[in-house]
Amino acid sequence: MSKKVLTTPIKDEDLKDIQIGDIIYLTGTLVTCRDVAHRRLIEEKMPLPVDLKGNAIFHAGPIVRDLGNEEYEIVSIGPTTSMRMEKFEKEFIEETGVKLIVGKGGMGKNTEEGCKTHKALHLVFPAGNAVYAATSVKQIKEVHWKDLGMPESLWVCEVNEFGPLIVSIDTEGNNIFEENKIEFNKKKEEQYELISQQVRFIK
Amino acid sequence: MSVTMDKVQQKEKMTDLMSKFISLVSYKLPDDVENKLRELSEEEDNRLAKIIYKTMFENQKLASELKRPSCQDTGVLQFFVKCGENFPLIGQLDSILKNSVYKSTQETPLRHNSVETFDEYNTGKNVGDGSPSIFWEIEENSDKVEIYTYMAGGGCTLPGVATVLMPGEGYEGVVKFVLDRMTSYGINACPPLLVGVGVGTSVETAAMNSKKALMRSVGSRNENENAATMERLLEDGINAIGLGPQGLKGSKSVMGVNVVNTARHPSTIGVAVNTGCWSHRRGKITFDSNLNYEINTHEGVTL
Ligand code: SF4
Repeated sequence: MSKKVLTTPIKDEDLKDIQIGDIIYLTGTLVTCRDVAHRRLIEEKMPLPVDLKGNAIFHAGPIVRDLGNEEYEIVSIGPTTSMRMEKFEKEFIEETGVKLIVGKGGMGKNTEEGCKTHKALHLVFPAGNAVYAATSVKQIKEVHWKDLGMPESLWVCEVNEFGPLIVSIDTEGNNIFEENKIEFNKKKEEQYELISQQVRFIK
Repeated sequence: MSVTMDKVQQKEKMTDLMSKFISLVSYKLPDDVENKLRELSEEEDNRLAKIIYKTMFENQKLASELKRPSCQDTGVLQFFVKCGENFPLIGQLDSILKNSVYKSTQETPLRHNSVETFDEYNTGKNVGDGSPSIFWEIEENSDKVEIYTYMAGGGCTLPGVATVLMPGEGYEGVVKFVLDRMTSYGINACPPLLVGVGVGTSVETAAMNSKKALMRSVGSRNENENAATMERLLEDGINAIGLGPQGLKGSKSVMGVNVVNTARHPSTIGVAVNTGCWSHRRGKITFDSNLNYEINTHEGVTL
């Protein structure tokens, strides 16, 4: 199977045939954007200093080495829990026109709706693999909102075949984590019945 | 050379060694965790899970070659110290540990993960008021110090949960509390997990026990027979749920379940769950009174 690579700027058509569980790679612009940045745009109504239309965001807080003269190098970069951004993400997609949201773990109803209405994807980069990820960041092009500190700043990265990215919500609003959860919960109940019989230590 | 000079030098030496040790923990997983991950990946037949494991091993290889933190969340440093009453730097140890975190943050580098509360600013130093966390135990008739160093990530083992059950709920209630956490929070906490379960008399004793459980090695068993039975049952049970790496399904869910227990009040069962992620960055180092060290978790490594 050949590697599926998406290149920014991404158009609606590019995402049409992609389904949950597929693996893709990204080439182009990827901007780190997490808790406070979402809060600033949606709740504080501060305009984002970067144009995200057709681009990708990464729920991530990297470790960056400051080389002086406004030059930086990514040492480690990897996703943080996407669910924390759930309450902002639908409006965020609407306002920015962002096409790919990369993070860790699943997202909820809000994001499903955003992805479906505005044709976007939520993807999982296997978390904890921050050096592997850093090797596909070619350079940091810009940085904004440095007042938020290293993890929360908007680091505008140029990436090359960044991945593997596993599609967790597709443009139809299907959600792999929600589907899995039904199965996990069913199995959990079965296991509870089994185990609870065997731990009646208080008699 | 005066005695006070000696102490200053010793302090410097230990700070330097601890700083290097923290750095090591950031880029190399302990042997027990590495071996278990290998074993789990070999048993895996799910397509996505296999790709994720492959990425994990490549990442760990790169991290140790480049000496860079294998995960970007280098967490809050938590130290579990067992200090001999006669260890010469007993009174300096708190400041040595704090300084070593700062030094390692500059040199490795580690992420700046210390935000002062209420004033809400990142100190930019990775240390702050009460951070790193240092938990003490004093040992009689000893001049050594044992230090567990743990990088506790914000998406796994900092957000633990604890509650106090009524005895009527029994250990069945403990099982339910643990299992519920697995299918809610656990999915996003970067499985395969090392699950730490604490049982005690209150929220804080249970919580502390659950953290200590994460310091125990993968595959070790509680000395109490019933507790060991529960470890095994929970491990098999959670594995049967099949969370897989990253919660994207797979044949297993956990590296293991460790239980640590202490006595309880007749009216309470305190229980806590702490989820260590696959990138379980813990290391144990022991210093003698001359600051000769031994690293117990990473074989063949020198600082
Ligand atoms: S849970 Fe662990 S591996 Fe995953 S992002 Fe957090 S610290 Fe890294």
